[in-house]
Amino acid sequence: MRSAVFAVLLCPFVVCAQIPLEERRSGYEFMSRETRAMQDDDITGPAVLWLLDGEALWGKLGCAGCHGDAKASMRGVAVRYPALVDAKLVSLEQQVRHKAPQLPYESRELLALTAYVAHQSKGMPIAVQPIQPHVDAGKAFFHRRQGQLNLACSQCHDDNWGRKLAGNAIPQAHPTGYPIYRLEWQTMGSLGRRLRNCLTGMRAEQYALGSTEFVELELYLMWRARGMKLESPGVRP
Amino acid sequence: MARVVVNVPAEAKRGEVIEIRTLAGHPMETGFRRTQLGELIPRDIIRTLVCSYNGVEIFRADLHPAIAANPLITFTTVAVESGTLEFRWTGDNNYSAAHSAPIKVV
Repeated sequence: MRSAVFAVLLCPFVVCAQIPLEERRSGYEFMSRETRAMQDDDITGPAVLWLLDGEALWGKLGCAGCHGDAKASMRGVAVRYPALVDAKLVSLEQQVRHKAPQLPYESRELLALTAYVAHQSKGMPIAVQPIQPHVDAGKAFFHRRQGQLNLACSQCHDDNWGRKLAGNAIPQAHPTGYPIYRLEWQTMGSLGRRLRNCLTGMRAEQYALGSTEFVELELYLMWRARGMKLESPGVRP
Repeated sequence: MARVVVNVPAEAKRGEVIEIRTLAGHPMETGFRRTQLGELIPRDIIRTLVCSYNGVEIFRADLHPAIAANPLITFTTVAVESGTLEFRWTGDNNYSAAHSAPIKVV
């Protein structure tokens, strides 16, 4: 009896309920008016610097040779990634560098090119496929307690979104705007970098950028955000 | 690469107050941060932005280490005559960037 009461009292905090589809909110909605204005500024927003570089690289690296004008050929591409390419799950970054493997992860060039490609799908609904077994592996990662703090991603982002963590609003972890210009970083960064931030905060085992674990988690997060509009490149605090 | 973006209205009425937005791609390294090995990262910031309108200086800003990376500087001026707005950023390590934007005053 006593444990039952305890469970009821703790209910909002311990149940691992997924967020109902209609209650999902992009990280944009948790931001201040000023930060929203930065993202909404299509002409002098900070991410514009990367978009212009990405457009230049599109020609310089020879992407246009196969894909032509990115504005037409890349429309709707970013909302489908991570996806299977030659039976292997790859993220958008990995697919962007398929002919330019010399570009390291988190390099300015790769971020610029990825942002440029993702930007072509801005406003389109996220439409990844729930590829098995990867999406289940990503889901398991999201719900698995890990690290010295023994936390699961879902404990913040499913159970306690909208509340505060160290003064900041906890968002629902929908990857709607990647790559993002993050004010904390003072630069552009990928979803992989953002995931590493979370794992650092949880004092958990770290994974390499582009590792299978991260791409599977990325797939699950995108599946979780299916139908939400892509904002890339987003601005986040 | 020194990349800058400037937004000036292409056309304005004589006497109208116009808004000018400038964005400069720059890390604005403060000079107070250290690497993980404890070495000081040298300061690397933009020091000044100067804007002139048909050769007349109309706006000048001094920038300091507390200013964020990729500074966006917005200011207003009065559209007096058709011509060109010249922008010049200068900073540490011989940083220099320039941009010019035409404006038509009717």
